[in-house]
Amino acid sequence: MNILEISNLHVAVMDKPILRGLELELKPGEVHAIMGPNGSGKSTLANLLAGREECQVTAGSVFYQGENLLVMAPEERAGKGLFLGFQNPVELPGISNVRLLKEAFNARQRHRGLPAMDALAFRDHLDQRSKRLGLSGEWLLRPVNVGFSGGEKKRNELLQMMVLEPRLAILDEIDSGLDIDALALVAEGINAMRDAQRSMLLITHYPRLLDLVHPDHVHVLMEGRIILSGGMALAQDLEKQGYGWLEEVAT
Amino acid sequence: MNDTPAVASAMARSYKYGFVTPIESDTIPQGLDEEVIRLISFKKQEPEFMLEWRLAAYRLWLEMTEPNWSSVRYPPIDYQGISYYSAPVGNPGTVALEDVDPALLATYEKLGIPLDERLTLAGVAVDAVFDSVSVATTHQKKLAEMGILFCSMSEALQKHGALVHRYLGSVVPPEDNFFAALNAAVFSDGTFCYIPPGVRCPMELSTYFRINAARTGQFERTLIIADEYSQVGYLEGCSAPQRDRNQLHAAVVELIAMEGAEIAYSTVQNWYPGDAEGRGGIYNFVTKRGECRGDHSRISWTQVETGSAITWKYPSVILRGAGSSGRFHSVALTNHHQQADTGTKMIHIGPNTSSTILSKGISAGHGHNAYRGLVKVLPGASGARNHSQCDSLLLGEHCSAHTHPYLEVKNHSARVEHEATTSRISEDQLFYCRQRGLSNEEAVSLIVNGFCQEVLRELPMEFSVEARKLLAVSLEGSVG
Ligand SMILES: Nc1ncnc2c1ncn2[C@@H]1O[C@H](COP(=O)(O)OP(=O)(O)OP(=O)(O)O)[C@@H](O)[C@H]1O
Ligand SMILES: [Mg+2]
Repeated sequence: MNILEISNLHVAVMDKPILRGLELELKPGEVHAIMGPNGSGKSTLANLLAGREECQVTAGSVFYQGENLLVMAPEERAGKGLFLGFQNPVELPGISNVRLLKEAFNARQRHRGLPAMDALAFRDHLDQRSKRLGLSGEWLLRPVNVGFSGGEKKRNELLQMMVLEPRLAILDEIDSGLDIDALALVAEGINAMRDAQRSMLLITHYPRLLDLVHPDHVHVLMEGRIILSGGMALAQDLEKQGYGWLEEVAT
Repeated sequence: MNDTPAVASAMARSYKYGFVTPIESDTIPQGLDEEVIRLISFKKQEPEFMLEWRLAAYRLWLEMTEPNWSSVRYPPIDYQGISYYSAPVGNPGTVALEDVDPALLATYEKLGIPLDERLTLAGVAVDAVFDSVSVATTHQKKLAEMGILFCSMSEALQKHGALVHRYLGSVVPPEDNFFAALNAAVFSDGTFCYIPPGVRCPMELSTYFRINAARTGQFERTLIIADEYSQVGYLEGCSAPQRDRNQLHAAVVELIAMEGAEIAYSTVQNWYPGDAEGRGGIYNFVTKRGECRGDHSRISWTQVETGSAITWKYPSVILRGAGSSGRFHSVALTNHHQQADTGTKMIHIGPNTSSTILSKGISAGHGHNAYRGLVKVLPGASGARNHSQCDSLLLGEHCSAHTHPYLEVKNHSARVEHEATTSRISEDQLFYCRQRGLSNEEAVSLIVNGFCQEVLRELPMEFSVEARKLLAVSLEGSVG
């Protein structure tokens, strides 16, 4: 069964059509990359999949592990293992990272019908992952995203993904704003999370991350749909030539 | 965000302290006159000066009018329709813990306040007030070894009359306001604490107030004196049965800090708030004031106000001693039809006095929440400093929040700053939390908790955990 199956998807935001006939299929264990010009609708797709209300579906369907995703509440999607790493993660003043992580983790446990993990076991689970991303214990006590640098916010999104171990991770520009070393850490984190069951959708503007992650497929989102799909070579071409040459393909 | 009947009943169920203890009470007939006051004083076998003091207060009260300057609205209170004294039969008062009626012990256990000293929270001594009387006070012996007096007001009047006489009403005199005068006339019990010079109180002292009887009012008085260079942390909790009729709670709390002394007073107020339609609930009309009498003394008020149909209270600090400091940290949450008009007064008298005000108001449902605060700097308060921060958070369309800061500065060297914000819970924050698997209610509760964090962290550990839970419960039914 496919993890994700998007057919003829049309989505409008504030009555403005953004996605117009998008098709996409993800199989278990696959990593797909989506590239595309600014404003082409990549984040809209990510938000729609996570259940953001502003994204109105005007036609088409989305199935997630064989179920109609579009009727589920955001927390239900999360409970079923769908994770979105946000392009612009929001600040949560007064709520520490560790608190949010613990609440999110316990929500996941509950959704799976499992008891809450005890505090010490959770701390272990968390420490292993935060160390891998170079995030200190003190940093975990800071309020979520408040005063974080751009790169720290992105590492934090990845940490949440690693802690929550989703079935489908959608990472929206997880690589933007990262310095060279942080990019390597993030790529390592992503690679460490790859397995036969988990699928990922990486939204990015740069082939640098893709060089480190080796996605199975690379897609170009333009004019509200996937106009071209290929492998790593496609990402390299885009890096050299931009999106202009694709306009013909699009029309 | 209309509250559906299902939501309303969920809310009604969520006040888990709404039970009534079936216990025989000695309740005097409703009504108030000099005879009633004599009867209360007689029942308590008080020293002569107390009766005189009460009667004088009563005569003052008769001349006063109920204040109407605050923003809270309620139908007229029938002061003759209230019983001013109700005590469990066989009034335990000063009896040994072993002799307290098991039904009362069970009540406190159910409220999460076991009175058995072996079971009490480590490091907390409790004075348990049931309707008009204190029924038990724990850890007294251990405290007495250090010279700390911790007992009910009734016991203090009998055993430490001179001390009480010296300090009672010295911070909140009966003529202070209508409810303070009423309290002075009819107060039935409360807690008395005295910390001798140089002593650091080894445990948190606390009072748990429980209203049980119907158609009674609770009028208690607390007096805490921290002598030179002593230190004490005090916590107050409360609850009441769920009833359709409003009940009046008009307390007075006085704190006195001598030179170098420090008092940290925390309140987690959870009186029955009324139902989702606004029926019933406690009218909580309270006068709390501390005086930093000595130089470099410190008083802080921390309050988490989630209960009561109406909250009307302004815990204040009179900064008399040079270099003394006052702090007020408050969270006030109003849901459904609750009203709160709360804040503080910081009166700077001595030089180099400082005060900090941090108020967090949360309104949901049809809740009404007002911050009212006065910062007054008198001519002698050179170098006085104040910082006030008042933040309001609105949940939904039918609630309201208002901020009324009053400033009176009569000394040019004073530095006074005031900041205020009003915000709504953001869709982005909610969505972020829900994407991480939290339900809408959990997300709201988490964000509200974050909003209050700076205040909650001022509370002693166990109580901040309680306060967090209480906030979550109080928000139930607030998100559509
Ligand atoms: N709330 C909104 N109101 C109006 N327009 C919106 C809103 N959200 C998104 N849009 C518009 O939808 C279009 C797609 O935006 P989206 O964020 O999906 O682009 P993107 O491909 O992620 O771009 P980028 O590469 O810059 O992140 C843009 O034209 C954007 O302005
Ligand atoms: Mg985007």
